[in-house]
Amino acid sequence: MALTKFNYNSFDVTPVASTTMAFNSGANGLTTMSAGAMTLIKTVTASSDSSITLVNGTDDVVLDSTYPIYKVEMINVHPSSEQKFYVNFRDGGSAYDATKTTTQYRAYHFEGGTGGAVGYQDGLDLAQSTADQMIGQEIATDNDASGSGELWLFNPSSTTFVKHFMAHFSHHYTNAAPGCIDNWTAGYCNTTTAIDGIQFKFASGNIDAGTFKLYGIKDS
Amino acid sequence: MALSKLTYNSLNVTAAASKGIGFDSDPDALQADYVAGSMVFIKKLTASSDGTLDFVDGSSDVVLDDTYKEYIFTFKDIHPSNDSKNFQFQGSTDTGSSYGVTMTSTSFQAFHSEAGTDPLLAFRAGASVLHQETSFKSLTQESSADADHAVHGTLHLFNPSSTTFVKHWICRLSNTFNINYANEFYSAGYFNTTSAIDAIQFKFSANDIDAGDICLYGIN
Repeated sequence: MALTKFNYNSFDVTPVASTTMAFNSGANGLTTMSAGAMTLIKTVTASSDSSITLVNGTDDVVLDSTYPIYKVEMINVHPSSEQKFYVNFRDGGSAYDATKTTTQYRAYHFEGGTGGAVGYQDGLDLAQSTADQMIGQEIATDNDASGSGELWLFNPSSTTFVKHFMAHFSHHYTNAAPGCIDNWTAGYCNTTTAIDGIQFKFASGNIDAGTFKLYGIKDS
Repeated sequence: MALSKLTYNSLNVTAAASKGIGFDSDPDALQADYVAGSMVFIKKLTASSDGTLDFVDGSSDVVLDDTYKEYIFTFKDIHPSNDSKNFQFQGSTDTGSSYGVTMTSTSFQAFHSEAGTDPLLAFRAGASVLHQETSFKSLTQESSADADHAVHGTLHLFNPSSTTFVKHWICRLSNTFNINYANEFYSAGYFNTTSAIDAIQFKFSANDIDAGDICLYGIN
């Protein structure tokens, strides 16, 4: 017996490009449903890696004009040794060395009840520097310690504007002085060359574990 | 002969309101648990030498009512026509006939020059902070009109249709001062009204929004 296959126009619903089929709000008919505006592009899981990179065109990563805004979620980033956590950007070639000017401040409070302050971190910002930008201070290596947060990157493929980014990263401070450090970093890669790669790493040692999720934010 | 279309109950899956139809994890059957992402694109406005950009509920496909409990505006490449202008916003309770809802707000900012001078984190006092005022709230300070400079970031507006609570919002923008400083500008506050906010207007403190995109999203 020949198998009957149904085509797109076999269903009692008007097709709309780039949507999926769904039940309506009364569950008594069919309708179309748009996909969400925030699209998961890539998940990378660290396992004793010296760095994590997200490079356009590599391993299914999209980091180009497909999306106007990108967001990276950093979840339970755990170091192999107590080190600061950094980000940098690729603006041509293979090196992560885009020139950046940034601001950096943090709030902190220790488990013993001390601290409890917020302040600018002069020296942990950058001024027209190609160095890595710190987005997290020394993260404890205790088994239950890690850091999590987000990084927003705006219009990385622009050849008109410099590339702004904003990071917010909260982590468990050192084994000797446990507490919460809430880091806020923002600034721009001062280039009109497209940014096509992001790198995360510790000052030394490995990213023992952690999940990095790259999303694209649609504008249509 | 009349065309026979397959209806919602023709499929071998139990209908569920507002759920999409997809394949199960095996994939050897249909299931009705697919949902669109929680971040739903609503509208993009692109500036082209515009005095204001207005998002008005019910106008030009804009939704700004009780459909969503949270709305997010994203700002990409917001470029002023003139130097040293503040990017601002206000709300409306009369679908955009007037913009002048009483607001109370805070702002603080971090900045740092490209020359490495003037690192600072400070509360932004003065005209940028409203206290029971109906003027426009500044979301940046002295934005640069250099050809490669622009404003980027996000603004969250919570439950604008509530007739019980005042309407809170939070905003984080990455800006460039006209004198080549990286500038992170953080603002929060509330429209001090229990009337629904049904329109939002963005503009610079003077002159035009030369270019840039503002997108509106609803969060399910």
